[in-house]
Amino acid sequence: MSTNTVKLKIDGVDVTAAEGTTILKAAKDVGIIIPTLCSLEGLTAYGGCRLCLVEVSGTPKLFPACTTPIGPGMDVTTQSDKLKEYRKIAVQLLLAERTHICSVCVADDHCELQAMANQLGVDHVMFERNWSREEIDSTHDFLVIDRNRCILCTRCIRVCDQIEGVHTLDLKLRGKDSQVIMDLDEKWGNSCSCTSCRKCAKVCPVGAIYVEGEPIEHTKKRDVAEFIVERRNRK
Amino acid sequence: MAQELEFQNAYKYRINVCCSSGCVPFGALKVLKAFEDAVKEFGVEKECKVARTGCIGTCSVGPAVLVEPGDYLYQSVTPERVREIVRDHIVLGLPVKDMLYERNAYFKKQHRLVLRNAGKIDPSRIQDYINMGGYGGLLKCLTDTPQAVINELIASGLRGRGGAGFPTGQKWSLVARAQNSPKYIVANLDEGDPGVFANRTLAEADPHAIIEGMLIAAYAIGAEKGYIYIRSEYPLAIQTLQKAIAQAKAMTLLGESILETPFKFDLELRFGAGAFVAGEETAILASVEGKRAMPRPRPPYPANSGLWQKPTLIQNVETLANIPLIIQNGGAWFAKTGTPKCTGTKCFSLTGKVNNPGLIEVPMGITLREVVFDVGGGVPDGKKFKAVLVGGPSGGCLPDTLLDIPIDYDSLVKVGAIMGSGGIVVLDEDSCMVDTARFFTEFCVDESCGKCTPCRAGLARLKDVFGKITNGAGEMSDITTLEKSSSFIRDGSLCGLGQTAPNPVITTLRYFKDEYIQHIVEKRCDAGKCFKSRGEEEIE
Ligand SMILES: Cc1cc2nc3c(=O)[nH]c(=O)nc-3n(C[C@H](O)[C@H](O)[C@H](O)COP(=O)(O)O)c2cc1C
Ligand code: SF4
Ligand code: SF4
Ligand code: FES
Repeated sequence: MSTNTVKLKIDGVDVTAAEGTTILKAAKDVGIIIPTLCSLEGLTAYGGCRLCLVEVSGTPKLFPACTTPIGPGMDVTTQSDKLKEYRKIAVQLLLAERTHICSVCVADDHCELQAMANQLGVDHVMFERNWSREEIDSTHDFLVIDRNRCILCTRCIRVCDQIEGVHTLDLKLRGKDSQVIMDLDEKWGNSCSCTSCRKCAKVCPVGAIYVEGEPIEHTKKRDVAEFIVERRNRK
Repeated sequence: MAQELEFQNAYKYRINVCCSSGCVPFGALKVLKAFEDAVKEFGVEKECKVARTGCIGTCSVGPAVLVEPGDYLYQSVTPERVREIVRDHIVLGLPVKDMLYERNAYFKKQHRLVLRNAGKIDPSRIQDYINMGGYGGLLKCLTDTPQAVINELIASGLRGRGGAGFPTGQKWSLVARAQNSPKYIVANLDEGDPGVFANRTLAEADPHAIIEGMLIAAYAIGAEKGYIYIRSEYPLAIQTLQKAIAQAKAMTLLGESILETPFKFDLELRFGAGAFVAGEETAILASVEGKRAMPRPRPPYPANSGLWQKPTLIQNVETLANIPLIIQNGGAWFAKTGTPKCTGTKCFSLTGKVNNPGLIEVPMGITLREVVFDVGGGVPDGKKFKAVLVGGPSGGCLPDTLLDIPIDYDSLVKVGAIMGSGGIVVLDEDSCMVDTARFFTEFCVDESCGKCTPCRAGLARLKDVFGKITNGAGEMSDITTLEKSSSFIRDGSLCGLGQTAPNPVITTLRYFKDEYIQHIVEKRCDAGKCFKSRGEEEIE
C-alpha cells in the first residue's frame, strides 16, 4: 500500500490526504460536504449525476469530485455562483425528466432529490415537465419499482452487483429512454437471480424502488454498502 | 518484387475506376465491367490495365475514372460511353474532351498526404501499395530504436485527427512509458457522425496505410496486439481491410517475427453497432471488451489503464495513415505543411449547399472561405451563403464574417466550433438557423448514452424548447433557458458528446440571435421551415 500523501487546498483549507483519494473524500475528511446524488460510500464511483462538480484553479474545466483524484498543489473550490447555478439546473433537470410529485410519493421527506432541492434553494423548475408514463413493476412479492421516479443514478445496479453479488439489475436502451431492468428484461417476479435482499430499495435515493406497505424510514438504509464493505475488510 | 515491377511496367496505360461507396451507387461496378470488356474488344488488354481503386475525390460527379499516364480524370462515366474512351484515348491516344473533369480550384488548393494513394492504387493488391513506397516506413523504423521513432513523431507535430487534437507523439510516450503489459492499440474507425465519410473512404482506398501506421505505432510503444474498431455499416471497408490484413500476414508483415525480426504484432477487426458515442475512447474500450459502449470518467487514462486495464493507445485511422509518411520523410518534412501549431493536412467531408461536395484534403491553416468558395466552388444556383457548420452534428454554425479564420484546432474552438471528425456542411439562405439547431439537438438526444444528467436530461429539454419555438409557442424566456442549459451541458457533461452537443445551439444563439427573436416575437420563419402543421411536414 502506498503511503504517499498529497497536499492541496479545498475552499482555502489546507488538506493532506493519501495519494489516490478523491476530492470528495478528501473534502469530507476536513468537514467540507460536497453535494452528491449518484455517489454512495461502499460502491464504485459512477460520475453520472454531476452534482459534485467543483472548480480547480488554473483551468476553466469543472471536475466531478467523486471520481477525480487529488493532485499535489490543487486549489479546489466547491462553492461558487457558477457551481450553485449549475447544481440547481441539474436538480431541475432531474425533477423535470420524469414524474416527480412529492406529495404522492412513498419517499416524501426521505428523498435525497427533494432534500437536495431544498438545500440548494430550488424554488421552481424552469423547464416544461416531461410527465413520463414509464412502467411500474409490482410483480415481486414485496419489492416495487416505479420507473417514473427513477433518476438513473445506478446505485441499485451497483449495490446488486458489487455488494449482493448477483447482478440482477442493469440498464436497457440509452439516453432519455434508459431504464433499469431485471435479468434480461424480465418482470421482477420472474427474476431467477434476485435474492430479494432489498439492498436496492435501501440505497435508492428517491422513491423508485420501495417495499410495498413498509414505512419508508424502515426500508431506507443508505449506508448498507459502506457497512458491509467495512465488515468484510475487518481483520 | 522485380517481377512485380516488370508486370506493372508492361502496361502503357492504366485505367483506374473508382469503386468506393461514393461511386458504386452511380453504377461504378457496371463501368468497371464495361472497361474490362472494351479493353478485350479492342485487343489492348496487354498494354492497358483496368484497376479497381478507391476514391478519386470527385464523388459528386461519379463514377470517376482516372487514366494514367497524364492524370486524365473522367467524370460521370456511363457504361455506354466506355467504348468511346477506350477507342479514342487508349487506342488512338485522343482523350475524350467533353467527359474530362475540369481541374479547377477543387484540386489546386488540396494537398493529398493521407489520400496519397486514393484512386491511384488497387486497394485489394498489397503490391500496388508497396510499389508506391508502402511499408517503407515500417522497414525504416525497424532499424531504429522505438524512442527514435517517437522522437520523429514529436518533431512532426502531428495531432490526433479524431477530434480532440491531442499531440500524437506525446500520447505514444505516455503509453511507451506505462509499466504494465501487454499493451494494446485500437484504431478508431467508428465514424459515427452523420454525413461524414472520410475514414470510410480512406479504408476503402488505402487500407495498408492504416495497417502500416499501426505497425509503426506498435513497434514504438511495444504493443503486440491491435484492434481496428469499425462500424458494421461499412461492409466494403470491412471487406477491404480483411483482405489487406490477410495479405499482410501472408507476407510476414503481421504476426510472429515480422520481416524476420523479433518484432511481432497481431491485428483483428472489431465491429461496432453504429452508436455515435461508441467512438468516444473509453466507450470504445468497453465495446471491444464486449460491454455496453458507455463512457467512463478519466482518469484513469487509457494510456495507463485501457483494454482489460492494460496500457492502450487509441488512435484515429487518419492519424495512423500519416505515420508511414512521417517515418519515411522525417518529422521536419511533415511539419513544413500546415501551421506551426497545427501541422499537416486534414480530410473533410464537404457537403450541403456547395458546388463541389466530396472528400477533400487541405493543409491545416487554410481559411474556411477558401474551403467553401475555392475548393467547394461556392453556393450553387445563385443562392446566398448563410452559414457553415464545422465539426459535424456537435459543431458550430459560423457566419460569413468568420470565414477568414484559419482551420486549426484552436482557432475553431475559439469561435465555438470544433474539428470533430471533419464534417463541413454549407448552408444557404434557404436554411433556418433555429431549425438547424433543432435538428442537430435532436440527433444528440437520440445518441446520448444516458449516463450523465446534463447530456441525457438537458438535451431532451433543449429539444422541447425548440419544439415550442418552432411551433409558434415560443417566449422570450426560452432564450434564457436555452442559454443557461446549454452552458451547463457543455461544462458539466461527462464525455465529449455532451460537452460538444450544445455547440450548434450556442453558436446559432451567438451569431443568429435575430432569427430566434423573429421566430418568438413575430412567429415568422423566413426560410419557411418552421410553423408547419404535421401534414405539411409529411408532404415535404
Ligand atoms: C461522442 C464522441 C464520438 C467520437 N467518435 C470518434 C470517431 O468516430 N472516430 C475517432 O477517431 N474519434 C472519435 N472520437 C474521439 C475519440 O474519443 C479519441 O479522442 C480519438 O479516437 C483519439 O485518436 P486521435 O488522437 O488519433 O484523434 C469521438 C469522441 C466523442 C466524444
Ligand atoms: S433485492 Fe437484492 S438481489 Fe434483488 S434486485 Fe434488489 S439488490 Fe438485487
Ligand atoms: S455526455 Fe452524454 S454520451 Fe457522454 S457520458 Fe454523459 S450522457 Fe453519456
Ligand atoms: S456524485 Fe459525483 S457525479 Fe454524482
